[in-house]
Amino acid sequence: MKDVRIIEIKESVFADNDRQAEALRSSLKEKGVFLLNLMSSPGSGKTTTLTGTIAALKDSLRIGVMEADIDSDVDAKTIAETGAKTVQLHTGGMCHLDAEMTRQGLDALGIDDVDLAILENVGNLVCPAEFDTGAVMNVMILSVPEGHDKPLKYPLMFEVCDAVLINKIDVLPYFDFDMELVKEYIHMRNPKADIFPISAKTGEGMGEWTEWLSRQAAEWKCK
Amino acid sequence: MHELGVTFHIMDHVEKVAAENEVSRVCRVTLELGEVSTVIESYLQNCWAWAAKKRPLFNECELTVETLPAITYCEGCEKTYPTVQYGKICPHCGSEQTYLLQGNEFNIKEIEVE
Repeated sequence: MKDVRIIEIKESVFADNDRQAEALRSSLKEKGVFLLNLMSSPGSGKTTTLTGTIAALKDSLRIGVMEADIDSDVDAKTIAETGAKTVQLHTGGMCHLDAEMTRQGLDALGIDDVDLAILENVGNLVCPAEFDTGAVMNVMILSVPEGHDKPLKYPLMFEVCDAVLINKIDVLPYFDFDMELVKEYIHMRNPKADIFPISAKTGEGMGEWTEWLSRQAAEWKCK
Repeated sequence: MHELGVTFHIMDHVEKVAAENEVSRVCRVTLELGEVSTVIESYLQNCWAWAAKKRPLFNECELTVETLPAITYCEGCEKTYPTVQYGKICPHCGSEQTYLLQGNEFNIKEIEVE
C-alpha cells in the first residue's frame, strides 16, 4: 500500500481566479483599455442600456462588447447593429464568467483598437458577484419592476459594484418602488456606490451615466 | 447557486497542486465553508460526485466539508453575535454599524494524497 500524506493548501477557492483577474487588470492597464463588467437580473434592460450607452459614447471612444450568455446570440446581434465590435461568449451552462473566460473573450474580441470594453455578464444577481472577472469596474442594473428591496436580498452584488443604474424609471408611476429607500439600502451595503436613475428607453438620465463612464475610462487611461 | 462552477475551480486548483507534488491519486479534499457563504453543501456534494467521475485524479476522492460559523462584529457596542440568527442589526444595541468577522469563507484546507 502506498503512503498517504496530507498537503496543506489553506487558500480560498477563489484565490486562483483572483490572481488571474489581477493579472488581466494589469495587462489592461498597460494597454489603456477600460473593462466594464455589467451585471443584472435577466430582463433588467442590460442590452437596451448598452445600446444607448454605445450611441452616446461611440464618437469619443472605441467600444467593444462581449455578450455572455448560457446560450443563443440574440443580444450580440442587437449590439452589432449599433456598429460596435462584438463577440458572443457562451458559458456552456455556467451561471457566471470568471477571469480566464473573460481573458479568452477579450482575445476573441481583439482589444488593440478598443478604449472601452464592456462585458455583459450572465443575467443573475448571485454568482457573477462572487467571481472577479478582471474588470476595472463593476456596474449593475436594477430595474424598477424588480423592487426596491433587492439590495437587501442580494447584498454581495451591491457590495462589489462601483455604480448602480436604476433602470426603467419611466414606469415608476405604476410600481410601488421607493427611490429614496433603494438609495438608502444600496448605501447601507456600499457607501461608495454611485447611483444613476435612468430610462434606457426614453433616454432620461443616460447623460449623467455615460459622462461618468467616459470619465472613468479617461482616468484609467492616464492614471 | 454556482456549485458546479466552483467544483471545477476546486478541481483545477487541486490538479495543479497534485502535478507540482507528483501525486497519482487524491483520496480526500477538505474544504472550509462559512455558514453564510453562498454555497450549499449538499449541492456541492452532488456536483462533486458528478464531476469526480469525469476526472481521473478524483475518481475515488471523497469531499469533506468543515463548516465555519458566521459571526458578526458590532462597531457600536464592540460585541459579537451569531449572524444567521440576527442578521445585519446588532441584537445587543440595535446598531447597523456591523460587519461580518467570519462566515463567508470558502477555502481549500488540505488534500490527502497517495
